[in-house]
Amino acid sequence: MPINLVERFRTFLFAFVLIAASAIPALAGPFEDAVAKFANDEFSDTDEAVGEIATSGNPQAFAIISALQDGRLLADPDSKKVYLTQADGKSIDAATGASVASVPDSAVAVRLNNRLRRTIDAALGGLTLMSPDPAKRVQAAQSVFKTHDAAMLPVVDQALEKETDKKAKQAFVEARAAILLFKEDATDAEKIESIAVIKLRGDQEALALLTGLAGAEQSIVVSRSAASATTAIQSRQTLWSIAQNAWYGLSLGSVLLLAAIGLAITFGVMGVINMAHGEMVMIGAYVTFGVQEIIRTSYPGLFDYSLLMAVPLAFLIAGLLGIVIERTIIRFLYGRPLETLLATWGLSLVLQQAVRTMFGPTNREVGNPSWMSGAFELGQITITYNRLWILCFTLAVFAILLAMLRYSSIGLEMRAVTQNRRMAASMGIATSRVDALTFGLGSGIAGIAGVALSQIDNVSPNLGQSYIIDSFMVVVFGGVGNLWGTLVGAFTLGIANKFLEPVAGAVLGKIAILVLIILFIQKRPRGLFALKGRAIEA
Amino acid sequence: MTTNLTHAIARPGLAKGLTRRSWMAATAGLVIGLSAFSSAKAADDTIKVGVLHSLSGTMAISETTLKDTVLFMIDEQNKKGGVMGKKLEAVVVDPASNWPLFAEKARELITKDKVAVVFGCWTSVSRKSVLPVFKELNSILFYPVQYEGEESERNVFYTGAAPNQQAIPAVDYLMKDEKVKRWVLAGTDYVYPRTTNKVLEAYLKSKGVKQEDIMINYTPFGHSDWQTIVADIKKFGSAGKKTAVVSTINGDANVPFYKELGNQGIKAKDIPVVAFSVGEEELAGIDTKPLLGHLAAWNYFESIKTPANDKFIKEWQAFTKNPKRVTNDPMEATYIGFNMWVKAVEKAKSIEPDKVIDALPGIEAANLTGGTSKMLPNHHITKPVFIGEIKGNGQFDVVWKTPGLVAGDAWSKELEGSKDLIGDWVGKKCGNYNTKTNKCGGQGS
Repeated sequence: MPINLVERFRTFLFAFVLIAASAIPALAGPFEDAVAKFANDEFSDTDEAVGEIATSGNPQAFAIISALQDGRLLADPDSKKVYLTQADGKSIDAATGASVASVPDSAVAVRLNNRLRRTIDAALGGLTLMSPDPAKRVQAAQSVFKTHDAAMLPVVDQALEKETDKKAKQAFVEARAAILLFKEDATDAEKIESIAVIKLRGDQEALALLTGLAGAEQSIVVSRSAASATTAIQSRQTLWSIAQNAWYGLSLGSVLLLAAIGLAITFGVMGVINMAHGEMVMIGAYVTFGVQEIIRTSYPGLFDYSLLMAVPLAFLIAGLLGIVIERTIIRFLYGRPLETLLATWGLSLVLQQAVRTMFGPTNREVGNPSWMSGAFELGQITITYNRLWILCFTLAVFAILLAMLRYSSIGLEMRAVTQNRRMAASMGIATSRVDALTFGLGSGIAGIAGVALSQIDNVSPNLGQSYIIDSFMVVVFGGVGNLWGTLVGAFTLGIANKFLEPVAGAVLGKIAILVLIILFIQKRPRGLFALKGRAIEA
Repeated sequence: MTTNLTHAIARPGLAKGLTRRSWMAATAGLVIGLSAFSSAKAADDTIKVGVLHSLSGTMAISETTLKDTVLFMIDEQNKKGGVMGKKLEAVVVDPASNWPLFAEKARELITKDKVAVVFGCWTSVSRKSVLPVFKELNSILFYPVQYEGEESERNVFYTGAAPNQQAIPAVDYLMKDEKVKRWVLAGTDYVYPRTTNKVLEAYLKSKGVKQEDIMINYTPFGHSDWQTIVADIKKFGSAGKKTAVVSTINGDANVPFYKELGNQGIKAKDIPVVAFSVGEEELAGIDTKPLLGHLAAWNYFESIKTPANDKFIKEWQAFTKNPKRVTNDPMEATYIGFNMWVKAVEKAKSIEPDKVIDALPGIEAANLTGGTSKMLPNHHITKPVFIGEIKGNGQFDVVWKTPGLVAGDAWSKELEGSKDLIGDWVGKKCGNYNTKTNKCGGQGS
């Protein structure tokens, strides 16, 4: 089947280059028959139709195939008519190009499977090599690089000659090299030159190409040069993988820090073993869900700003809930850590079940705004936008919190109460009010963390549970009562975890980290940054 | 914790009626002096059905739906007049995702509530935990979830898929239709993925796949940082051979996994992921547009158009009063199991466990995809296998199905220890009969 397609495709490409897109009117018979095949709802028929339409040379071909790709091609199984919804929302009859007033309800989008999607890519890749948009040309060249089909060589050569855009030119040179490398009648000199080009590219695609070459029969010179290029790329990739692990570690560290930072206040500063901390995170995530839900139904245009709106709201809701919890439960339990532990643990179960009853036990969908979707390549590392934004966001939250504790008057009061409660009280600070506000602040920050975590994790009643252990680990490791300790602790654990994971696997990696922390705590019971002086005795 | 659910919608007057009757019976009993005996007698006009699914804790996400399904089925059955002229009454307990609690609650259902049958369990470990209870007290459990096989018990009826009804056909599809040569077997670290991957590894090797073309990866429950693993999959997939991921990743970990796949730009047309634990319910929490074309293998999809399925979905949504409520494969397994039990009770004309257990093999019940499933002597059922592609709206589009129904194998033919074993509770009265040595490996296990 694929060979058959390539054959057809070759004929078509020449036809396409020959005709200027508009000059020749639609060929009547075969093209219409091919279009009608879409209505059969059989993958094999759709496959044939794509091939036939691509070779038809009909000016509609590109529009039809790209509509098929986007699910804008509708077929009516009863009348066997095929409709195309255009970008402006209007519909036309795909076979004749005549506009239609309305598409019957029985028409459904033509179904695709993965094989068809690849066929379509190949067809469109050929069609867009000459596209006026350089980005599209780069994309087309990339797909040629992957398929390295010898029939494409004349077209690539032609495109290369005309190419002015630097990026696109490079892509075409690489595509040409890939084709030559696998072309049977290419000379050894050509092949070695191609290998040099591919070696320079040096990414995983290049490696795949070169390792693929090892299977084919080659002269000794070529295979030797391919082998040395492969080694060169591999050793470069080893270096990149270190950088990549470091980035993943930073990203994991930022998630840990974000989850732990609220706990660093309630547990670290106030000394309350707060097992319900995770549930505050969860509530923040549900606030995000609520905000997105309202935006989706009422103001769909604002979707990209949903997170910005959710952040203050989550802070307020989780913070208020924290204050209520402190006033009604925790304040009766100060100085009794075991009772606090049990009470907050019970509270966490109550909160989970309450959310489960209100929102149901299943996951809720929280979408990524467009600026948080996708990824970009930095050298050989893939950096996803959502992780990058979470890292920035975490650092911002940390900085604001630090500044608040240091420079605001409530921050000063909080520090005074923690360091010496009785002295602070005799200086006229309302210590119980400060306690409530501190607990509210820690909870509010947990709520903010929930907004960010909803972007990478499930929004379900169990969300908090998966973070509570990690959060305690970070705070204890970093040193109780020290925000900087939490920062360093989180990033150390994140990076250590990500360097262990490729070696030991995710399960063993996690166990190894736990063992290391236990050993570390034996050596330094107060964590990385221990508080010194009289404060800790209080 | 026990809730005797008297279903308001089904029979508003019954609760009152029951108390009056039992009061009368009790009075009569006092007169004769056999009060204990007659109050037990009073429960005779309903048949109690136990529901043992977690309604809180980690598994609540999946199991709550099955609890609702059993209640829905009971409601429907009572509208048709119940079973043998008696109404059914659900007894719902919450084992709270706590495995030892499953055993306790099972004992409570059987001894205290005297249920005729139990529908329950999701994870294999919960099933293993209740097994001794069902054997000791000789009761019946219907287990509606796809599992790793290697078990055939007299008291358990498995209406979910065995590995040969889900995993093997899915791999066959990828091999033939997608021409996959390199395999990533990724799973959560517990018994179902480990056994399934063992079966798959043996199967792939028997098909000539080399060791270096198989990558096996396990992650903890609820794993949320998939960056490294997704990057590894990407690297493994760029060795010049077509690669696919077979995912036995369970529950909550799926959402971050699919999000990371989407964000790192792994497209289904390059590296397809076929999942065995991701259904309509799990997808409800994700934006599925970046996942277009990734696959799942099940015995049922909500999108399959048959009159029976349309009716089921409509009535289910009416019952739950939620027009968006989705259906999924374990729900269909519960549906089939429930109907089989009803038919078996009617055939045996009794709810005595021994009689019902003997009546069940051979019972046929319509499934929702247009076929008729049959209970086999090994206590598994026949099912069709479908491969579905994820669509943009959170539903699946069937791209392939087996020509007929596939009979469930209790013991995998691929594994050294189990390839000669069969389960046969009709002729051999044995769950692990060795066809080579012609011996039974012992009752049960």
